[in-house]
Amino acid sequence: MEKTRETLKIVVVGHVDHGKSTLIGRLLYDTNSLPEGTVERVKRISKEKGKTFEYAYLLDAFEEEQRQGITIDITQLQFHTEKRDYVIIDAPGHKEFLKNMISGAASAEAALLLVDANEGVKEQSRRHGYILSLLGIQKVYVIVNKMDLVDYSMTRFNQIRNEMNEFLNNLGVYPLKYIPTSAFLGENIARSSKKMPWYDEEPILKAIDLFEKDKEISDKPLRFPIQDVYKFDDRRIIVGRIESGQLKIGDEILISPSNKTTRVKGIEYWSEKDKTDKVSAGMSVGITVEDEFFNNRGELISHKKDTPLTGMFFRANLFWLGKKDLVKNKKYKLKLTTQEVECEILSINKVIDASTLETFEDASAVKINDVAEVTIKTKEMISFDEYKNNQNTGRFVIVDRFDVSGGGIIVAADNKELSNVIQLEDYLKNFTKCFNMDISWKGKYGLRVIADVAANGTEKPVTKNDISQRQNIPDVHLEEILFRFVNAGLIKYIDGPQKGYILGKDSENIIIADIMQVFDENLSIINENSIESNIRGKVEDCLLVNVWKKINESINTMLDSITLKDLVQEYNNSNDRQLIC
Amino acid sequence: MDHLDKLEAQSIYILREAYKHFGKLGMLWSIGKDSTVMLWLAKKAFFGHCPFPFIHIDTTYKIPEMIKFRDKIAEEFNLDLIVHTNEAALKEGMGPQEGRLVCCKALKTEGLAQVIKEHKFEGLILGIRRDEEGSRSKERVFSERNVDSKWDYTNQPPELWDQFKTDFKKGNHIRVHPILHWNEIDIWNYIKRENIPVVDLYFAKDGKRYRSLGCAPCTNPIKSNASNIDEIIEELKNTKQSERAGRAQDQEDAHAMQKLRKEGYM
Repeated sequence: MEKTRETLKIVVVGHVDHGKSTLIGRLLYDTNSLPEGTVERVKRISKEKGKTFEYAYLLDAFEEEQRQGITIDITQLQFHTEKRDYVIIDAPGHKEFLKNMISGAASAEAALLLVDANEGVKEQSRRHGYILSLLGIQKVYVIVNKMDLVDYSMTRFNQIRNEMNEFLNNLGVYPLKYIPTSAFLGENIARSSKKMPWYDEEPILKAIDLFEKDKEISDKPLRFPIQDVYKFDDRRIIVGRIESGQLKIGDEILISPSNKTTRVKGIEYWSEKDKTDKVSAGMSVGITVEDEFFNNRGELISHKKDTPLTGMFFRANLFWLGKKDLVKNKKYKLKLTTQEVECEILSINKVIDASTLETFEDASAVKINDVAEVTIKTKEMISFDEYKNNQNTGRFVIVDRFDVSGGGIIVAADNKELSNVIQLEDYLKNFTKCFNMDISWKGKYGLRVIADVAANGTEKPVTKNDISQRQNIPDVHLEEILFRFVNAGLIKYIDGPQKGYILGKDSENIIIADIMQVFDENLSIINENSIESNIRGKVEDCLLVNVWKKINESINTMLDSITLKDLVQEYNNSNDRQLIC
Repeated sequence: MDHLDKLEAQSIYILREAYKHFGKLGMLWSIGKDSTVMLWLAKKAFFGHCPFPFIHIDTTYKIPEMIKFRDKIAEEFNLDLIVHTNEAALKEGMGPQEGRLVCCKALKTEGLAQVIKEHKFEGLILGIRRDEEGSRSKERVFSERNVDSKWDYTNQPPELWDQFKTDFKKGNHIRVHPILHWNEIDIWNYIKRENIPVVDLYFAKDGKRYRSLGCAPCTNPIKSNASNIDEIIEELKNTKQSERAGRAQDQEDAHAMQKLRKEGYM
């Protein structure tokens, strides 16, 4: 009974002094949700401070808030109606505390956007509206408050409704209702107001029961970010929260971006009653898998169908809350699900003043409280979704030094043209690094040969002679290399009038790791098994091992993610046609 | 997933984030219902293991049954338990007679700060809840304290989409609050569902029971006939008294808790 009741989280936003805290205080008061003596205590405090009683003091718990009469930080309070339980979040309306408003709004499912009937639509009314649209909050009621100050005028109400509608509809926000209230006097809060007979819809308390809760997201594709890997006993447990979809024992899974596949062996539990063979969205779980290769926090588990996007570039809409401007050519930390990577802003496509919707196309920085469309480049491959397809895996925060300073949603993985060029520069830098390590001459020759075939063999087959000349590889080696490639199916020999070699499959589908395998190249610089035995061992000993582990992993990720096609593009761009030196 | 499943999943997620990010991590265990629920959640999060120490700040003024319960559970659960007392303050005669808030600050806040310094904790897990009182309703899940354990509550960082504060200056520490989003009735429903052991003091004897536990001189039982969990839940649904009404230190000043907590109180 009690346990199965649903809970809805509502945030109350709007311009400073338009009555948000008062509205919530009144809601709590009218639903009998305040502990005994609270009202008396607040009356006492108000009197001590020589102020009149304010419902707002019920929420603005900090002394500073009561003294200044403003909300500084969010408060989360619970109350309930007959239908369900509510968590109501009081967000500050002052521009200075926008970061707190966003903290509150980001966790809400629905919003009440307050506008003072007397003052009308103000800067923060609009900015908060914009933030709601950016956060994807579609369930919005606009509350036209302090109607007592405009003699409960229907004309004034309609005027504000039109103005707000025009602004919000532009952003793709369509408020479900407009409700005229006086929070202070309790008009249209718990009961319909007699002062406004022209308004024949529900008062707030009844209206919020009409918000429909989002359906569970267990029918979406599986997204299970790895939070950690535990080895407390003989089990190697991959833990994390299922962000969407479902997972069963026996499921074949893909781990991105490292692109490994395996099967779910078991779903682990401590208390016997938690035993299950299927888990779904929202659950914090632990699984074991059949192939015990390395997994790390940040990797994203999905099924083999409906996989996430993987890349280093994406376009995003973001809001900036940092004291220091967001600028290009500076290193930030990006946190998306459990992934944490270094990133930089590649371009600031436009900056939007969220209160006027004025846009600036050639901005060089994003200032505090601004909203912008940017292109972001991460230092390593990450896996994600577009926000419209999956909210949980399509949003991120940016950390500047110690603080979360901005947040955003992914609009799209960036178009390939642009990203490939820059991506390749990075790849190649990494590449040469790993060649300096211990790749054999055969591996190097092998790469050159297959790159040559891929680059030149699209129109007609390439002959051995051509390759030998272009790449300056002795015949005897070339023969062996070609033999190995043909055996592995990566290159085909075509007989007939136009004899020669072509690729065995599309260059997009050949990854560098495949090529390395042909030559038995193992680019790991430390044996994985010896790392394994150290995992979760003594911390000091682990330190160095972890560094090596990371290096290994990034090599593997890289080799798994660069395709021959990428390599060829670079090959075509390079002047001396010698990709690998 | 029902309501309790959702609360549990979120708490486990938070505990695992804390374990992942902080090398030196500890969990405060006050022996009360909330931190005992948290202990249970840790067992679930780490599959029966508790990969960090538990800390009890013993003021020496605790209700004796609490200490008995503490030692029993510590043994049963095989806890790595740090019990710390601010001996220096006690030697100088610190006690509630010196003033309640002064005493709380010395024996609890400072006691806690001593443990943090001594063990160099980077992360400290605490079982506070938003619905307990005003300053806690304003808390973040990962909440930074400076080197003197002070809380800069007027300038809290944004916390969105479960991306918690994990970057901070060396010497500072993070208070982790895994059950911040639970309420008192949730706690009791969960204790019932999971059959979690709690100290007897919560159940009514002779028309009285403790609703919130603390030091004996400053904690009063409430009038109640609720002698089992179902009766407690029923009582809480109908009460208009606040949970901490029996905690004398809260009543000392209009902003007592805020003032204590700003200095590093739990």
